Amino acid sequence: MSMPFYVSPEQVMKDRADYARKGIARGRSLVALEYVHGIVIVAENPSRTLFKISEVYDRIAFAGVGKYNEFQMLKIGGVRLADMKGFQYSREDVTANSLANAYAQTLGQVFTHEMKPYEVEILVAEVGVADDEPNQLFHILYDGTLMDESDFTVLGGDAERISEALDGAFTAGLDLAGAVRLGAQVLAEDGERLSSESLEVAVLERGRPRRAFRRIRGGELDDLLG
Amino acid sequence: MSETPILPIFDAGTDPGPSFVDLLRRVAPETLAVPTMANGAPLPFDAPHGTTVVAIRCEGGVVMAGDRRATAGHSIANRRIEKVFPADDFSGVAIAGTAGLAVEMVRLFQVQLEHYEKIEGEALSLEGKANQLSQMVRANLPAAMQGLVVVPLFAGFDLRRRRGRVFSYDAVGGKYEESDFSTNGSGSVHARNWIKAVWREGMRPDEAIEASIRSLFAAADEDTATGGPDLVRGIYPLVAIIDADGFRFLDEAEVARVSQTLLEGPERGGAA
Repeated sequence: MSMPFYVSPEQVMKDRADYARKGIARGRSLVALEYVHGIVIVAENPSRTLFKISEVYDRIAFAGVGKYNEFQMLKIGGVRLADMKGFQYSREDVTANSLANAYAQTLGQVFTHEMKPYEVEILVAEVGVADDEPNQLFHILYDGTLMDESDFTVLGGDAERISEALDGAFTAGLDLAGAVRLGAQVLAEDGERLSSESLEVAVLERGRPRRAFRRIRGGELDDLLG
Repeated sequence: MSETPILPIFDAGTDPGPSFVDLLRRVAPETLAVPTMANGAPLPFDAPHGTTVVAIRCEGGVVMAGDRRATAGHSIANRRIEKVFPADDFSGVAIAGTAGLAVEMVRLFQVQLEHYEKIEGEALSLEGKANQLSQMVRANLPAAMQGLVVVPLFAGFDLRRRRGRVFSYDAVGGKYEESDFSTNGSGSVHARNWIKAVWREGMRPDEAIEASIRSLFAAADEDTATGGPDLVRGIYPLVAIIDADGFRFLDEAEVARVSQTLLEGPERGGAA
């Protein structure tokens, strides 16, 4: 029987984190911005069928960057948890907060206990019902770190550059076109322009009756991008 | 383990896929349990019972309607019960039978359709939805055999075929597509005869709405378990229309207006 080499816990965690970060950096980034009627999520994604942004519940959306099969699995887990809770209690009892905590716990456990960490960063966004009810943006990292953000949040390997750009350009109370354009603009590298074919855009709209989630595509997206 | 809920993520072999019912079966089977008496005897009390509902295919869609009465034995259990529900954006379900089980079945059906749509990224076909409901009715068979029968009507706008479709069910989950219209519940015979007399291909939605309200009135006239328009309390049938624009209920004021117009017609003081 061979004895395993001793590796310090610090080193193990650092190696895992590096591994996860490298995986995430290979993919493209995603931004979520608050606008006057809710939250808009803009992702660089040339695929029309493999989505990064999804509806989870009436007022809650999910978005992920990194390894597709991993964040897709997390999305399905979130839809299941939300639908079960809504069915067993009531639709009002399903909140982004409890969902974000479940995600953080799952990712944290996988990070420390499994062979390899998930190479993902995810977003759980919830739009308020009433005009004065705040939106919520939960940003969760591959190791389960949970951050509660406001105004905007950026996911992905290029987050630092994009956040800096948004710090200067974001203003509260943007209209939909303004928010979509700003999102597309900051995702693009050095002045290139992202067309509607390479973008996936969805909104959580405050005013919609029950399901606030809506995809924006085709002609509507072209019009908004101007 | 802490109290925070952990995500329901499964191995490939045990994954319930896009079915919410299969998910519940896996993680919370008690929520699906069908009530049965140990010795198979009928229930020793009367559970509230929903009565008459109709679905009528018309030009560009389908109209669904139900009266508002629930009965328990010879008593009125509820004057304002709702028997017509949206199943999703383009379909609706109307219930007759044991109200408590039926309402819960509708709730499960609604989640099942939306759950599928969210996991798969696109909605089930209308036929697929109708089959799902059939399985739910069949799952209720043990309760049905003790008299707790649930028989829904399902109707919707078929986005692929661009027309309205109506499905009826029997107590064992048999599903039958109806070409023109269907009725269900204790007053269904009277409602059916009324609709049969006026139905024609290409009927306009407003004509189908009128026929649905009239047919429920006719049922209430002959059947004690069906509630007629209640002018004193202002209670009128629940009417919904489903077409290319989706499912929507008719305004209560609009149903009241149509009902009152009808009362000026042949029903007024008609032969007993």
